Amino acid sequence: MNITAQQKAERFISVLRHCQLLGLEVLQAEETCLQMRLPYSDEIIGNPLMGIIHGGALTTLMDTACGTACFVAVEGMELCPTLDLRVDYMRASEPGVNLVAHASITRITNNVVFTECLVKQESDNTLVAKCTATFMRIGPEMTPPDFRGVIETGDASIYMGNEPLIKTKKKKGES
Amino acid sequence: MSFQDTIQKAQATGDFQPLVDSIPYANYIGFEFQRFGDNVIFKLPRNIDNIGNPILPAIHGGVIGGFMELSAAINLLMFMDTPLMPKIVDFSLDYLRAGRDQDTFAECQVLRQGTRVANVSISAWQNDRANPIAIARAHFLLAKK
Repeated sequence: MNITAQQKAERFISVLRHCQLLGLEVLQAEETCLQMRLPYSDEIIGNPLMGIIHGGALTTLMDTACGTACFVAVEGMELCPTLDLRVDYMRASEPGVNLVAHASITRITNNVVFTECLVKQESDNTLVAKCTATFMRIGPEMTPPDFRGVIETGDASIYMGNEPLIKTKKKKGES
Repeated sequence: MSFQDTIQKAQATGDFQPLVDSIPYANYIGFEFQRFGDNVIFKLPRNIDNIGNPILPAIHGGVIGGFMELSAAINLLMFMDTPLMPKIVDFSLDYLRAGRDQDTFAECQVLRQGTRVANVSISAWQNDRANPIAIARAHFLLAKK
């Protein structure tokens, strides 16, 4: 199999439904570092007074960026679930501004992958948040053939279907 | 009504639903809550849009984090005398087991509220409260009156 780090990263997030809905995009992927963008959207505001993106969307960006970096950095097709995540929020991001996560692999051991991530505003590189995340290694044999197929061929339809992705309408009063 | 007024009205009347409804991210993930007197249980109903692992399938870890962070902030607004949306300073999250594609619940405990900072611990579970899927702690900056 001959795919680039960029392809491996893009195909990995192509089947993560929540990430696709947020519009997460791999800007650049290398062997041990990766950049991922979270586009600004009114839908993910946490504080309407100031139009600030909710920390949850940032947590998703950082978890995905670090997790994708692990998937790219570890040889083969090994999935690495998150063990823990520690985030420092430096300042609120400005309204209307896209955010970019700069994730890097600190160290890979037989059992664990250590990662770090900085989130900056795309427009002016202002540091918004910083995170340290640790991932478990569960072995490449835990990756099902269907998922391998997605990475090898780039065809996400087995998990995502062929319909365009739209957010499920919330039915009021139904829970 | 401004968001500020929405917060004040919720604190005055004890009805926090309009406040939660006015937060886009809460709507985005499907955030709910139910109060039982001085206790509150937060709920993240099963939602295919929150899936981040198509294999199991499992809820995205970031959504679980966002759900817990939002729970902590709403919990502070409900029980502490803070007139503004608390600002998150840091957040530390341990994932104990995969969050399956089903309803998730959370409860919060304010371990300490100082004049400026509050420390909140949050526990999230699915089937069994005694076996959480994730635990977290967060520091929030509180606005002065």
